[in-house]
Amino acid sequence: MKPEVPSAGHASISEVTGIEERTLRQKLFTSQPFWVTVALLVLAVAIAFYQPSFASPANLSNITRNFAPFGIMAVGMTCVIITGGIDLSVGSIMGLVAIVAGLALTNEYSWYTAFSLGLLAGLACGAVNGFFIAYVGMSPFVVTLGMMSIARSLAVVISGNQMLYQFGPDAPIVKAIGQFRFPSGQPDSIFPAWIPAFSIQFWIMVFLALFVGYVFRSRAWGTHLFAIGGNEQAARMTGVNVDRIKFQAYVFSAFCAAISSLLIMAYSGSAINALGQTYELRVIAATVIGGASLMGGSGTAYGAIVGSALLEVIRNALLMAGIDSNWQGAFVGVFIILAVLVGMETRGFSLKEVLREMFRFGRKR
Amino acid sequence: MSLLKLKDVAKNFGAIEALKGVDLEIGTGEVVGLMGDNGAGKSTLVKIISGNFRQSRGSIEMDGDVVDFHRPMDARDVGIEVVYQDLAIADNLTAAENVFLGREIRKGWGPFKTLDKKAMIDRSAELFEELKSETRPRDLVRKMSGGQRQAVAIARTRLSQAKIVLMDEPTAAISVRQVAEVLSLIKRLKAQGVAIMLISHRMPDVFGVCDRIVVVRRGEKVADKRTADTSPEEITGLITGAIHEA
Repeated sequence: MKPEVPSAGHASISEVTGIEERTLRQKLFTSQPFWVTVALLVLAVAIAFYQPSFASPANLSNITRNFAPFGIMAVGMTCVIITGGIDLSVGSIMGLVAIVAGLALTNEYSWYTAFSLGLLAGLACGAVNGFFIAYVGMSPFVVTLGMMSIARSLAVVISGNQMLYQFGPDAPIVKAIGQFRFPSGQPDSIFPAWIPAFSIQFWIMVFLALFVGYVFRSRAWGTHLFAIGGNEQAARMTGVNVDRIKFQAYVFSAFCAAISSLLIMAYSGSAINALGQTYELRVIAATVIGGASLMGGSGTAYGAIVGSALLEVIRNALLMAGIDSNWQGAFVGVFIILAVLVGMETRGFSLKEVLREMFRFGRKR
Repeated sequence: MSLLKLKDVAKNFGAIEALKGVDLEIGTGEVVGLMGDNGAGKSTLVKIISGNFRQSRGSIEMDGDVVDFHRPMDARDVGIEVVYQDLAIADNLTAAENVFLGREIRKGWGPFKTLDKKAMIDRSAELFEELKSETRPRDLVRKMSGGQRQAVAIARTRLSQAKIVLMDEPTAAISVRQVAEVLSLIKRLKAQGVAIMLISHRMPDVFGVCDRIVVVRRGEKVADKRTADTSPEEITGLITGAIHEA
């Protein structure tokens, strides 16, 4: 019990416990997505300064279209990572979904049948992942590693290792969907020309992120997802249906991968079985940069989007600066480590303190 | 009349008899200390009362009705809640979110039901106020002291209007000041008419808050005495077996 406080009531709590209720500004300054956003803006302004074409509507339209599929998958991955899991199979699921939908189109099925079949193939992969992880209790790493191999192999087998691009009668519709833009970016558009023509990929990502953000914030499902990541045993004991929610998280991640895959396939008008190879690592990197902890229990939909955007802007910036593209990996890697370091700092581990401690230690000896 | 009544409750695990027929009664608003050495059958007894195990023999009555627990939810439904040693709390959530975990208040209609955060925060604040605990609903549990964590776990039992709260080692591994805080929480619960079963190794805590002390040894109840009629020395003797029975 604390010593007698003369004025009882809420005013004295912070004095006694030393914990202040955080203001909105403090919350902002200690959030990793905020600092990643700052880094993104600084980087973007710096590049635009040296290379004005970076900020052109055409380039912004391109960049947002390029990272949107990663953003979509990162939102799904965030759900999985919040539970303390991981999904290594998203890249391979993309390959399988593209091939299934592509084959259906090649065989002259309608576009909606093809898209539905692709989506179903993706959901089936997610359901298998979820079943073995949530209900059988296997390690997420192992199960999704297995699925990564299985889905890729299935994609190669059923495609006959061919690229599919003769999409039958619905090919124009598919292409129109994939290349849909709003505003249209055409001279007759009612929007001024300086507004980038945002792609359908970008809009779907925005819609998905808003939806997932709402679920995280305002739905019991969201709270339960975080509770599972924080203390799975506790969630179970308080009556949360842990198994079902984990299952749904993996299905949702696969769903996001399937949507990304269909959008990429529709845009390019072709399906290859190698689609999505190594994308799982980029998606996980984006998620982690955006503030999700691989230990589970934290992450935001906004962070996932900003993380994906940052990776793409780095890539685009290096390209525009004329730096050898082989340097990309090094820059991306540095950013992954830096972002998480900043995140640690905001969670109470002070880098400054650590360095000071090491330095002092070194001097003494 | 007693609130909870155990008659000849026994539990076998194969050939091992973990509990050999225990009779126990707890009245409304009574605080009973359950003591015993490791392996004496304390946890088995607690797990039977909380619905984690089913007894091999004997009966449990709650408010005069015979009850039969197959799952922890069954025990919770009749008003028995457990505050676990590890507290069953998610560190990354706020106090209010933890109190309402799995029982969230929702508002709205059909598929558009959203969490009613304000209602949950207000209700949690009320519960902490009742417990006279300096815990704020919006704070993350990660940043809380051991005593505040206990308050969160106990507030959860208040939410469900539990009649009996089983507390498993609530004062283990926390600081002296926090122990005092937890003991005062127990007294508040008692003042509100809640019966408490305190499972603890810490003699001063048990003597500090309990009305009655029950000692189990090798699966048998060896003592059931009013705290005023016994001493820490006698209880220690009973736990170790130096004193055979009292």
